[in-house]
Amino acid sequence: MMPEPRKRSHREGDVTVENDRKKTRIVKDIKVDTKKCVGCRACEIACSAFHATPKFSSVNTARSRIMVVIDEVRDIFVPIRAGDYAMAECNGRNRYVIDGKEYDECTFCPASCPSREAFKDPDSGFPLKCDMCESVPPLEKPMCVDACTFGALIYEEREEVVTEEPKMRGEMEIGLKALIKKYGLKKVMDTIARVSKE
Amino acid sequence: MRYSETGFNLEIDLTRGSIDKVETDPRDTVLYLGGNGIAAKLLYDRVPPGTDPFSPDNLLILGNGLLNGTPVPGANRLAVNTIAPLNGLMGHSLMGGMFGPELKMAGWDRIVLRGKAPDLVYITIHNDKVEIRDATHLRGKGMYDTARLVKEELKDNRAWVATIGPAGENRSYLASIDCGNSSAARTVGPVMGDKRVKAIAVRGTKDVNLAHPAELWEMCSRLRKELDANPNVGDWMAVDEDDSFHHNNFSWGNSRVRRKTFWNANLEERWRNLKYDHMSRQTGCWNCPKACHNVIKWPNRRRFSYKCYGKDTYHMASFQELDFTYEILPIAQDLGLDSYSTPQTIAFALELLEAGILTEKDFPGMPADVRGRFYYLLNKMAFREGIGDILADGTSRAAERIGKGAEKFDHNTVKKFEQLPIKLGKLNPAYFLMIATGEDMAITQIEGSFPQDPITDPELKEEYIRKWVAVPDKKFAEWFRQWEKRDQLPDDAMVAIVDWNECMHYLDDSLGFCGFVSSFRGQFGGTTGYHVWNMPQIITHALGVDFDKDRLWECFQRNRNLVRALNNRAGLRRSMERPPEDHWAVRNEEYEQQLLTKYYDFKGWTFDGIPTKETLEKLSLGYVAQDLIKRGILTGNEVTALNDARAKKEKP
Repeated sequence: MMPEPRKRSHREGDVTVENDRKKTRIVKDIKVDTKKCVGCRACEIACSAFHATPKFSSVNTARSRIMVVIDEVRDIFVPIRAGDYAMAECNGRNRYVIDGKEYDECTFCPASCPSREAFKDPDSGFPLKCDMCESVPPLEKPMCVDACTFGALIYEEREEVVTEEPKMRGEMEIGLKALIKKYGLKKVMDTIARVSKE
Repeated sequence: MRYSETGFNLEIDLTRGSIDKVETDPRDTVLYLGGNGIAAKLLYDRVPPGTDPFSPDNLLILGNGLLNGTPVPGANRLAVNTIAPLNGLMGHSLMGGMFGPELKMAGWDRIVLRGKAPDLVYITIHNDKVEIRDATHLRGKGMYDTARLVKEELKDNRAWVATIGPAGENRSYLASIDCGNSSAARTVGPVMGDKRVKAIAVRGTKDVNLAHPAELWEMCSRLRKELDANPNVGDWMAVDEDDSFHHNNFSWGNSRVRRKTFWNANLEERWRNLKYDHMSRQTGCWNCPKACHNVIKWPNRRRFSYKCYGKDTYHMASFQELDFTYEILPIAQDLGLDSYSTPQTIAFALELLEAGILTEKDFPGMPADVRGRFYYLLNKMAFREGIGDILADGTSRAAERIGKGAEKFDHNTVKKFEQLPIKLGKLNPAYFLMIATGEDMAITQIEGSFPQDPITDPELKEEYIRKWVAVPDKKFAEWFRQWEKRDQLPDDAMVAIVDWNECMHYLDDSLGFCGFVSSFRGQFGGTTGYHVWNMPQIITHALGVDFDKDRLWECFQRNRNLVRALNNRAGLRRSMERPPEDHWAVRNEEYEQQLLTKYYDFKGWTFDGIPTKETLEKLSLGYVAQDLIKRGILTGNEVTALNDARAKKEKP
């Protein structure tokens, strides 16, 4: 049983024009309460099953786009979701001390990066990224959240007002500015005049 | 493609250093399921009777339940089986946590270890890449350090490492195999030590395939929510601070003293604070919506976790309070000693000292206070030093070795296996049968489906029966309806109840279910998570082979009879099936023997407790019958127990 399809049909990035000026979009959040995580990995199982082809045909937590960092002796239980692919490792890493417990940065980092095996498809090596279980029809909440009976993962949707963004400069304008910076305005104008006559 | 299982055994011969990937026969899965069932078959086929458990020919099998690694919630038990050095019978222990499922995702249903490494080694498994590595630098290390160092060497903190501590290395019969928050603690640890395997690290990134994906997921998703909402599954001891049941009813010391009024409200409040002031969180096993482990950080100790009655054993054996358990448990666990039999054995040793059978000379340098004595003996036992060398064999064996009347103090073992410290008044026929005949040895591995006590209020009783879906046959509900007094039910009912209780444990142990969501929890509240009505459907969807209740029940009977035959071949007979003489104050030898006969008859066994040729053949165990006949254990003409001439001499 998958989570119920949800009533609204927003998808991330959908922008709704509510009146002439105010624009909103839906932002999907998963709140992680690390105190409630028991390290059962049900989220990993649900994720890997949902993303299997055909759907639910296998379990393989190495294919999961969520991973629970577990260290019982240090009392560290942190579920992290796969984010973007990073070409290179960080130059340096922070170590965080929170409530007397020391976490290294990788414990919170969602990147699929060369420093670790996480979030790479075990067969192809391609990076994995959480897609919030986007599907048709959309689910009420992502599979990992639905599987977490302990409330460590809480799904929240919020509407965010989209602020009117300044008009973006086009690609050509950026290119020209770069040329002007490099060669000076006069040289660029001369060149354009010459090229336009050819 | 195989579904729900990988279809491969990892066979490692430690003497030769050979590693083989062996494809298994899918027909065996349908007959024996997995876990302890397949293990019993492997032991029957490959370890001949008379094999010294400490010989290279003994096998140590770490086998997944059939449903481990699938989305089925609460299925994660790895059965660890061998011929146990403690009593020469089939050793059986269960480990939850993550090791089993991870092993399956590495592409293996089970690990079969044989031979003996020339020196201490550890095994690493990363899918098909399996290595045997030197572990001499880990000698004498505790569980925690071993796991940490192995993970560091592998540069893989996602690996799960099952290890033995010094107790296992030194082949203590009380040694356990631990992985993370889980432990295979009964009789199997010394064989891992004998094979000189310090640790096994596993990491898997392969698919566990499922036959009917959508149907299975739908069922599992619903079950997950049901188990989560069901207060009658999981370990109530993880959350219920009223533990008067164990403290007032179980015996303290070496199963010696009952303190019927020990528990009180002040104590409960004090212990509640002790726990919550030091508890980091509760943790769970793979894919289970219950979190039964309490994780404790005690001053000057590494963080550790415990579950269930493991919370009580040390302070009850030493007449202390909960703080002593919290203080000693992380150290005992690190040494790799089972927290059920170890405290009993220590209390036994101190009793012998008091009785003058052992003297101060046997305990050089032992502190005077009881806490100090427990630590002292713990270390002596783990490293087999001095008197610890004898005590490391457990109460029963140690008593034999010490002699001089020590045997009388060995009063809580059956088949040499340490039992829960329970001493009661009046014989309970069902419990008599379970304790006498159980080959999972511990009562908690046998009881559990039928309630321990009748319900007297007729309305509540009917309500209970209405909700009781787990009942495999209407007759059980009928017996429950007419049940008034604990020890009073027809013998036929007692026998069938024991059979059902056993059935659920055998199914759990071959499928991978934890008893707390299944076999053990039917007795409290009647709404356990798994039973013979929903298990077949789950297996059908996971495995892709049609199962129904009757087929599943037959698997239980097959596995039960195979284990029995294996143990018969190792010498198990009727005379060994005796609960401790003081288990109940009031006994009736004649009645007990009659019960035993009726039970054997119900099972299709001979008067001596051996499955008859017909019984074995009906269960596709003809090869076992032939083997028993060849060995002179059966003639092939035996009748079941009640038809035996000796039974007819028993008064009705």
